[in-house]
Amino acid sequence: MVNYIWIFLILVGIFFAFITGNLDTINNSILTNGKEGFDIVISILPIIVLWTGIMKIAEDSGLLQKFAKLVEPLLSRLFPSIPKNNPALGYIASNIAANMMGLGSAATPFGLKAMKELQKINKKKDTASEAMITFLVLNTAGVTIVPTTVLALRIAHNSLNPSEIIIPGIIATFYSSFAGLILDYIIRRRKK
Amino acid sequence: MNILSKIVIPLFVVIVIFYGFKKKINVYDSFLEGAKEGLNITLNIFPAIIAMVFAINIFLDSNFIYFLLKAFKGILDFLNIPIEIMPMALLRPVSGTASLAIMNDIFLNFGPDSYLGRLASILQGCTDTTIYVLALYFSSIGIKKIRYSLGVGLFADLVGIVMAFLLTMLLF
Repeated sequence: MVNYIWIFLILVGIFFAFITGNLDTINNSILTNGKEGFDIVISILPIIVLWTGIMKIAEDSGLLQKFAKLVEPLLSRLFPSIPKNNPALGYIASNIAANMMGLGSAATPFGLKAMKELQKINKKKDTASEAMITFLVLNTAGVTIVPTTVLALRIAHNSLNPSEIIIPGIIATFYSSFAGLILDYIIRRRKK
Repeated sequence: MNILSKIVIPLFVVIVIFYGFKKKINVYDSFLEGAKEGLNITLNIFPAIIAMVFAINIFLDSNFIYFLLKAFKGILDFLNIPIEIMPMALLRPVSGTASLAIMNDIFLNFGPDSYLGRLASILQGCTDTTIYVLALYFSSIGIKKIRYSLGVGLFADLVGIVMAFLLTMLLF
């Protein structure tokens, strides 16, 4: 699927630029794109390395497992295929907690670790497991309580009431997560 | 709210390190081991990020999205949806930086407290960069078949976008 998206974006982009005579921009874009991708990797690298380091301490000391146990009643309903006391639950919980606080960059390493743990219990290594899909639905529906970036930008633009968007944001997020989880649940049920 | 979000991270670090100390594990060694793992994770996603940025930027720079929107202007006007918000709604699943840049433009041109400004704020907060996250997370562990994940993820985003429109109209 990612394969097709990739092909679509590139072919449509170049073809459209070609027929609108916008080739200079595209030329420039292709030549400088590599650097932009590199800059993104370099900017997230230290954050990921730092947080996987800190989270390893929490895993080795048993704190992560303790946290996972705390949220297990809730998460085990969403993820029936993950065995009890599996560190994946801890990482999933940390990822969601970081997302809720609007710490998107701190959430990524937890999410990547969660995927790694889920892959260990995945039977077909080249195919997404049900637990992975549920996790990503929850992750991409973006359960955000404090949208830090949006708030910062609103304040920077002199909003009279920067935080007025928080409550509607929570309501919208709740509905999108709920809708995603329900659809995921229905599809999982049907496959069985 | 501001103080709360400022205290979360330092408090978290203190709890993790203190708990490790109390359990008598070698905190420093654990950190290094985890950090090494993090380095490998990043190296694994490196090619996927380069690939995604490459494709997304070509698509954005071609201005195809604005051409598409002009074609649908009639329907958008009928539904009372301002055309300025559409590039952001369409790009949100693909690129967080792109949608943030459009939101910044909207704040500059209409102000953060306008209808468009509020709508953009809620939209940015209640959806995520689904396509980017899927590509990143799946490629980090070598998953090739992603099954129904993209469909469900985009459906959740669509619900988020519709809710953002409805709530902005109802509440403000």
